[in-house]
Amino acid sequence: MSDVKTVVIGVIGADVHAVGNKIMERILRDAGFKVVNVGVMASQDEFVHAAIETDASAIIVSSLYGHGELDCRGLREKCIEAGIGNILLYVGGNIVVGKQDFEEVKQRFLNMGFNRVYPPGTQVDEAIEDLRNDLGITATDRK
Amino acid sequence: MAIGAVVGYRRSAAGDWHRWAVRHTPAANVLAKSGVLTVDFGSTYTKVALIDMDESKLAGTAMAPTTVSTDITIGLAEAMAQLESRVDLSAFEIKHRLACSSAAGGLRMVAIGLVPDLTVEAARRAALGAGAKVVGSYGYELTAEDAAEIRSKNPDIILLTGGTDGGNKDVILKNATTLASSGVNAPVVVAGNRVVASKVRDILASAGLGVRVTENVMPEFGVLHIEPVRETIRQVFMERIVVAKGLAKAEEFAGGIVMPTPAAVLKAAELLARGTRSQPGLGDIIVVDVGGATTDVHSIAKGDPTKPGVMLRGLPEPYAKRTVEGDLGVRVSALALVEAVGPDKVVSLLGRETVMEIAGRLGCTPASPEPGGGEGAAEVDDGEAAALAALAIGKRLSEETERVPETPSERELDTVLAMLACREAVLRHVGVLETVYTPFGATYVQRGKDLSAVPVVIGTGGVIVRNESAWRILTEAVAENEAELTLRPRNPGLAVDRDYILSAAGLLAQVDADTALKVMRTSLEWVQRPDPAVSWRASAGR
Repeated sequence: MSDVKTVVIGVIGADVHAVGNKIMERILRDAGFKVVNVGVMASQDEFVHAAIETDASAIIVSSLYGHGELDCRGLREKCIEAGIGNILLYVGGNIVVGKQDFEEVKQRFLNMGFNRVYPPGTQVDEAIEDLRNDLGITATDRK
Repeated sequence: MAIGAVVGYRRSAAGDWHRWAVRHTPAANVLAKSGVLTVDFGSTYTKVALIDMDESKLAGTAMAPTTVSTDITIGLAEAMAQLESRVDLSAFEIKHRLACSSAAGGLRMVAIGLVPDLTVEAARRAALGAGAKVVGSYGYELTAEDAAEIRSKNPDIILLTGGTDGGNKDVILKNATTLASSGVNAPVVVAGNRVVASKVRDILASAGLGVRVTENVMPEFGVLHIEPVRETIRQVFMERIVVAKGLAKAEEFAGGIVMPTPAAVLKAAELLARGTRSQPGLGDIIVVDVGGATTDVHSIAKGDPTKPGVMLRGLPEPYAKRTVEGDLGVRVSALALVEAVGPDKVVSLLGRETVMEIAGRLGCTPASPEPGGGEGAAEVDDGEAAALAALAIGKRLSEETERVPETPSERELDTVLAMLACREAVLRHVGVLETVYTPFGATYVQRGKDLSAVPVVIGTGGVIVRNESAWRILTEAVAENEAELTLRPRNPGLAVDRDYILSAAGLLAQVDADTALKVMRTSLEWVQRPDPAVSWRASAGR
């Protein structure tokens, strides 16, 4: 078995935005990751449980309906509690309501234990680049 | 068109002739009809059935109390003697003898996985689908206490899973090590992360445990792969459990004990739903089996949402799904049943007077308040007294498990208990719709199977097959109104397995599915006709 990294993705909370979720799944897969998609309207538990069972290296949370801050709070603590405290946590989308200063928003999510926080309009490629760096995947490992 | 019809006619005529020729070719026993004998070693009764294979019909059935504590063949011989008094056995050449068993506690299994909602649940479903009784399920790393508990439960088979293929491997390895040193001696079926499957096998085998490795029950996240696991469990059951349970002697008489009884019933239900190549099935069905100790519900249906725009969450559901409710039954579990649904339900269905009358006859009237007693005693009103009486009746029935109803009111009591068991078991089996309020308005989330459009519900089990008002019991499986959020069938036809032959048909299906289906069809008695458009659909067999 080759050393393919597994990534859990999904749209958290009562959020039903399904299209971006499918696109992300496709792009990540094409980039050589094993993708476990928990789909839309996923709870924190579903992300954590999927990550445990599949031995995932990262969880990428999407949120597009503005309630991201409420939905994501406590996710890192839940991971620690479940024994996967070192897993990478990324979040992106329209994660807060209204026109807030993104630097401030980013800091709030970093304080919540996320490793990377992306503003609206970020391309998936940017997150993939970060993922490779954070997981120590070198250029020769890429397919 | 015309030519095609002629060709078709010729072909079938030739087939008929061929069959006729085979049957009438002189042989050793020219007059003998071919028959298949099935035996179902139940926890209380041993049931035998003889199927006339030439006429594709049931030739006769008989039953006698199961004698597992002494010698299981005594009860079998008794049942066979009864069968002989009803059917001329010498007129048959028995081609196959097949048996299933739920005697000696049935197939008792422990299911071990990683995450409770994922591989533990997948393992439970696979075990249930194989006809087992799940006596314990465990997630994450087993503790020393867990291992001791598993040992004390003395399961027949342990199902060890955990991790998707390429996923977590530490936990299943640790759990194998814990099991290896725990002193359990049940065979272990391994159905976890394939990357470490052989290591897991070595760990267990080095401790002297019987191990069988099969495909991962959850190869990918959210993918349920239970068929190979079910089959492996069945093999282990055949090879080892039959001997371990003192049923080996029965094998000589009854042919191979090929599966646990619930697996035979599930098999029969699947056949009834799907049909065969030459006969259509019923399409989606639900089978409710109300017993003395448990109530089993089998649904053969995909259970996809029937409403538009419904979001499906949770583990995918098996097409053939079996659930077992250990606290719902009309004898051993009668008290648990009354407690689970509430004694008031019994009182309101049966009527206060009847409850008190039965309690009086069974000699279990709760202590009546003493005349001129304290304030507390005076507060026990009629309703409360009846509720207490209902509990006392439940307790008495769970002790007197052999009790056969003697009066109309006792028969009514059995019907009421079966109604409550049926209702509760089906409610637990079916999925539910949940309204979730999002910023875009209300959406529905479905968990479990949507069985609202299932066209047929079939009842089996002693209390149903011999009941004149079986329709009242089965009606409890039906949704009360359109707005109901539990996904019970809305408008199904209701049928009763009058000859009590579903398990026999499941066994027969092993050798001749077509005949098994024919026998079941003739045994089904409709107590409420299904919508003609949906019954025996020609397409269902494909």
